[in-house]
Amino acid sequence: MTAPATAQDSGYNFAYLDEQTKRMVRRAILKAVAIPGHQVPFGSREMPLPYGWGTGGIQVTASIIGLADVLKVIDQGADDTTNAVSIRRFFARTAGIATTEKTEDATVIQTRHRIPEMNLRDDQIIVYQVPIPEPLRWLEARETETRKMHGLADYGVMHVKLYEDIAKYGHIETSYDYPVLINGRYLMSPSPIPKFDNPKMHEMGALQLFGAGREKRIYAIPPYTRVESLDFEDHPFQVQTWGAVCAICGDGESFLDEVITDDQGGSMYICSDTDHCGRRVVAGHKGPGGPEEST
Amino acid sequence: MTTMSAQEARDDGPLLTATGISHSYGDRIGCRDVTLDLWPGEVLGVVGESGSGKTTLLNCLSARFIPAAGALNYLLRTGETADVYAMGEAERRMLMRTDWGFVHQNPRDGLRMGVSAGANVGERLMAVGARHYGAIREQVTDWLGRVEMDLGRIDDLPTQFSGGMQQRVQIARNLVSGPRLVFMDEPTGGLDVSVQARLLDLLRGLTNDLGLSAVIVTHDLAVARLLSHRLMVMRRGEVVEQGLTDQVLDDPQHAYTQLLVSSVLQT
Repeated sequence: MTAPATAQDSGYNFAYLDEQTKRMVRRAILKAVAIPGHQVPFGSREMPLPYGWGTGGIQVTASIIGLADVLKVIDQGADDTTNAVSIRRFFARTAGIATTEKTEDATVIQTRHRIPEMNLRDDQIIVYQVPIPEPLRWLEARETETRKMHGLADYGVMHVKLYEDIAKYGHIETSYDYPVLINGRYLMSPSPIPKFDNPKMHEMGALQLFGAGREKRIYAIPPYTRVESLDFEDHPFQVQTWGAVCAICGDGESFLDEVITDDQGGSMYICSDTDHCGRRVVAGHKGPGGPEEST
Repeated sequence: MTTMSAQEARDDGPLLTATGISHSYGDRIGCRDVTLDLWPGEVLGVVGESGSGKTTLLNCLSARFIPAAGALNYLLRTGETADVYAMGEAERRMLMRTDWGFVHQNPRDGLRMGVSAGANVGERLMAVGARHYGAIREQVTDWLGRVEMDLGRIDDLPTQFSGGMQQRVQIARNLVSGPRLVFMDEPTGGLDVSVQARLLDLLRGLTNDLGLSAVIVTHDLAVARLLSHRLMVMRRGEVVEQGLTDQVLDDPQHAYTQLLVSSVLQT
C-alpha cells in the first residue's frame, strides 16, 4: 500500500512548481491560516492538468510538501480513482516522495469531495480541492458585493437558501458543499464534501487547507477551530443516513456510495472511504455482499 | 396612546433632516441645495418631469449614495440623532434593513428574482438574525396576506408573477421588518390603471395604519395628490415650490408648477 520514495524525474524543480511560486503560495497560506475562513487571492499557475481536476489543491500540496512527507490522495474517498492515482503519481515523479493509501501513515492528504473516516491528527495536513470558493456566489453574482458582505459579516442571505430548501422540500435539502461558519466569523464553502463530513471539520486536529486554482483563492482552518454548519432552530443541521450497511465490510456508520450493479435496478452500498473499508475487512468484518455473490 | 406617542415623537423633532444636499454628475446637475425636514408619520411627495433630479434626490436621502455636499440626520429609535453620511457601512446597512425601506420602480431591482416570494420577504428577518423557520414563515405569510397576495403562491418565483404582484411582494419585503421610513421611486409606474388604483389604496392604508413616514417620488400628479401630505416640485435639480399637497396642486405659484398642473389631461 505504501510506496517508498523513488528518484525524482530530472528536468523538474522539486514538486513541479518553481521556488518563487511556492513562496508566493506559502505567503497566501500563512495569511489564510491567520484569518480562518477568509479567502486569500493568490497567483494561480498553469498546471499540467485541466481546471476542475484539482489545480488549486495540487499547488497547495506542492508548496507545503517536503522530502520527508508521505502523501495520500483521495477522490470521492477512494485511493484508486483516476484523479487520485494521477495526482499521487504526479508527486511521486516530480518530488520523488513516498506515497500511501493508509490514512494514518500520511502526513499530507489531498482530497476531492471527502474527508477520511478516521480522525486526523495534529501532525497531519489535509488539502481540499475547491471548484467554487465563494459560498455566496449563487445568491450574489457580484464579487465586489460578496467581498463587502464578508467584510461586514452580512450573511443573512445564506439562510435564504436554506429557507428555500425547507419551503420546497420540508427539510434542508442541501447535501454537499453545505455552508459553514468558521470561528464564529467567516462564512466558508467546505468544498463539495457531503454534509456528512461537516462535523469532522469542527475542532479537527489537522490543519485544513483549501485551494481553488481557477478562482485563484486559498483559505484555511487552523487545527482545533470551531466550525458550525448553518441551520434553523426548528430545522437543526443533520447528516445523511442510509438505512443500509456496506456490502463489503458491513459498516453502517460510514459514508456509503450506491453502486448500480445491473440493468434491472440492482444496486449495492459500499463505503466511499476505500482505506476505511479495507481496514475493516482485514480486521475480520464482513458485509452482506453484493447481488452478484447472492446469485 | 398612539396620539401621545406621536406627540412625543413630534416633540423630539423631525425624523429626517436633509441640509443643502447637492450632487452632480460631472457637468450635469443631479440636484442642487435641497433642504427638507420629514416628520414622523408624514408622507412627502416629490414631483417633476423626467431628469429633474427626483431620483437623484431620493438616492441621496436614502443614502444609497453619498452626495458631493450636504448633511443628512436621522432620528434613531433610541432618540439620538445620527449623521447618516458619517455612519460606518455596517451600521448604515443595518439601518437600511431595519428602520428603512426602499421600493424601486422596477420590482426586479428590489427583489431577488431567483428565490421564492416567501424567501424574498423573509430575507430581511434572516439578515437581522431570525433563525426560527416557523416564526419567519408565519410573519412572511402575515405580510403577504396584508398586501393581498394569494397565499397559495408564497413559494412561487417572482418571475412567475405579474408586475403588480411583484410590486406587492416588494412592498411586503420592505415592510416586514417594521420600518419607520420608506422611500418609494415611482411605486406604481408601468402598471395599468386598475392595478395602480388597488396598489395606491393599499399603500395609503399601510401608511395610515402603521404611521409610516415616506418619501414618494412620482411624475404622476394624481398619485402625489392621493398619497402625500406635502409636495415638493423639482425642476433642473432644484426645488421650485413646496407646500401642502392640495395647496400646491390647486393654487400653483411657480410658473413651472402651473405648467405641470395644467398639463394633466382633464376629463
